[in-house]
Amino acid sequence: MKATRSMVLVSSDPESMDRGALDVFNALQQQIAAFGLQEEISLSMISDVSKRTLNPLVLVYPDAVIYGAVTPEDVPHIVEEHLYKGRVVEEKQISAYDLTGRIAWLSARKGTLPAENRIVLKNVGLIDPENIDEYIINEGYEALGTVLKDMTPEETIAVIKNSGLRGRGGAGFPTGLKWQFVAATKGDKKYVICNADESEPGTFKDRLVLEGDPHAIIEAMMIAAYAVNADEGFVYIRGEYGLAISRMQKAIEQARRYGLLGENIFGTGFSFDLHIHAGAGAYICGEETALIESIEGNRGEPRSRPPYPTTKGLWQKPTVVNNVETLANIPAIIRNGADWYKSIGTPSSPGTKVYTILGNVTVTGLIEVPMGITLREVIAIYAKGMKDGGNLKLAQTGGSSGSIIPASLQDTPMDFDSFSKAGVSLGSGALLIGDENVCVVDLAKVLLNFFQFESCGKCNPCRIGNKRAYETLVNISEGVGTLKDLTDMQMLSKQLYELSNCGLGQTAGSPLYDILSHFRAEVEAHVKLKVCPTGVCPMSGHRVYQIV
Amino acid sequence: MKVEVKEGQDVRQLVRSLVKDKGYEKAELIPILQDINSALGYISDEAIQELTEQMKIPSSHIYSVATFYRMLSTEPRGRHVIQFCESAPCHVAGGRLVWQKLQQELGLTSGETSEDEKWSLLTTSCLGVCGVGPVMVVDHDIYGNVTAEQVPGILSNYK
Repeated sequence: MKATRSMVLVSSDPESMDRGALDVFNALQQQIAAFGLQEEISLSMISDVSKRTLNPLVLVYPDAVIYGAVTPEDVPHIVEEHLYKGRVVEEKQISAYDLTGRIAWLSARKGTLPAENRIVLKNVGLIDPENIDEYIINEGYEALGTVLKDMTPEETIAVIKNSGLRGRGGAGFPTGLKWQFVAATKGDKKYVICNADESEPGTFKDRLVLEGDPHAIIEAMMIAAYAVNADEGFVYIRGEYGLAISRMQKAIEQARRYGLLGENIFGTGFSFDLHIHAGAGAYICGEETALIESIEGNRGEPRSRPPYPTTKGLWQKPTVVNNVETLANIPAIIRNGADWYKSIGTPSSPGTKVYTILGNVTVTGLIEVPMGITLREVIAIYAKGMKDGGNLKLAQTGGSSGSIIPASLQDTPMDFDSFSKAGVSLGSGALLIGDENVCVVDLAKVLLNFFQFESCGKCNPCRIGNKRAYETLVNISEGVGTLKDLTDMQMLSKQLYELSNCGLGQTAGSPLYDILSHFRAEVEAHVKLKVCPTGVCPMSGHRVYQIV
Repeated sequence: MKVEVKEGQDVRQLVRSLVKDKGYEKAELIPILQDINSALGYISDEAIQELTEQMKIPSSHIYSVATFYRMLSTEPRGRHVIQFCESAPCHVAGGRLVWQKLQQELGLTSGETSEDEKWSLLTTSCLGVCGVGPVMVVDHDIYGNVTAEQVPGILSNYK
């Protein structure tokens, strides 16, 4: 990178692009050239999340001034006043308080917002994801160099094990242990797979990493490959993520050109190559064995386990499958050491977690905070409270396969162990916050509709159980449910959990269980009184006769 | 995405050139099906037959894969495909009313194609842009924070 006195960034997330970010960018380029400032000022696009009504954003550093929403017509004035004359254009300036994401954190360092702690999203929104040099300047590929030059595979695994890093895909399995299993399995060929089939409703953290910092994933996969002695990898990205796929493709090409991917990397004899597999639209492919089936060219139906992918994975070879967020932690752990990582978060779940905040709150978006934060803190600090002064009724954590939790659990620390003690799943980190206007029957109906649609159909409990559960909920929502339906739902939820082949079916029944445990009175009102207390359900099957 | 059902020869040529380009291994089946889908708008019986001959994979397997994934279609679709997200985050943010309006405006329900072949209406699971729900996608354009009132305006963008 050239040394410049100012850096100007234009937001390029899909929402900004939709609202003309490209025109703003072009206008800036033109105006900067018109004032002859092109040598002094660098201009690039960044990917970030921010409040949509303020997109597209223009950020000027080092001043940390944020302008939004900027139109091409505003550009000449901003360039002349701010970049040429050095005066902030106050009428277009917005406060960091209005924003979420990386931008908010940048100004937090100036002491205006409660700081997040960014490891996974360290570079997202700060560097140009399509330029490998910017990644390298920001400590990129340094961890890979350290590992290849100074560490043995065993030492690498030991650092990851000691760090206590647990898989961020939902299950929370210790990453170092998984690597150790693969390393210990003998095989002529091994694979590393990055699971980027992020389709848990309400989750888009992996998309932000892939779009904003693709080289971090390449670096982490190479470290994993070195640790387990693999030489080939796949990034399985869901087909809907077009921008993520093209950024990753570019990143792989650049890394190849720099000799970072290929044969005999850094002259150490270690070789690794990486391919992208684009998904074709199936939630179940987030399950690791279904994902493997899909790469092999089959229907995405989960295999029976054991054998686990660590012994018989892709084409029956030992395979490491790690989630995007898990991998994004790896380079930082290698650079800073296991003790540093353990100092963040809680003892049982070190590190940070990326959450997506959604639903009836003032600010929705993405945050990365240490493990162990409570829901109350998330809502009060990062979401700026409930929308329109509503009251918290429930939160759905971890996407569809997570849990519906009542407001009474909002002070439970969010880490793997505290949550599993409370019988709750942390899942993928989606936090869907609901106020009093959310009907639990309606919510469960939407979730079960999702599962009956996304069930791959391989095993009976899941294929039939989800359909039955959905039909029962429809009946209840139409006012024709019976008390026996409630007993049936309880049983279905148990059967789904105990009999299903994979995680999809096993967790599909949890909305049923959760609403009956925490919100039974509301469900019974639908059945006994034929009334939906929130007025959401149609209740059309039940006729109210009025005596006139 | 414009759907063009081409002459028989063209479909087979397309399939042959795709297979030649990508390779004959089974692992290439899904990428090839994706390309066929985006070129033709759907995967026709003829395309499956040609794939069977080229890749030596049973047509039953190809058909089972083509019908498994949501982004692949074995039925012709309208000139414009609308995907409406029906997952919980969009639903809680007001998606129910948008979905009702959408069905009403088009006179279609999920999975249907209009008689003039202009529209196909599909529901979809989460598209990963939940921060701006409710979300609908028309062809490749993403619309976020959609309200029921905006639906006619959005539809009028497409000819």
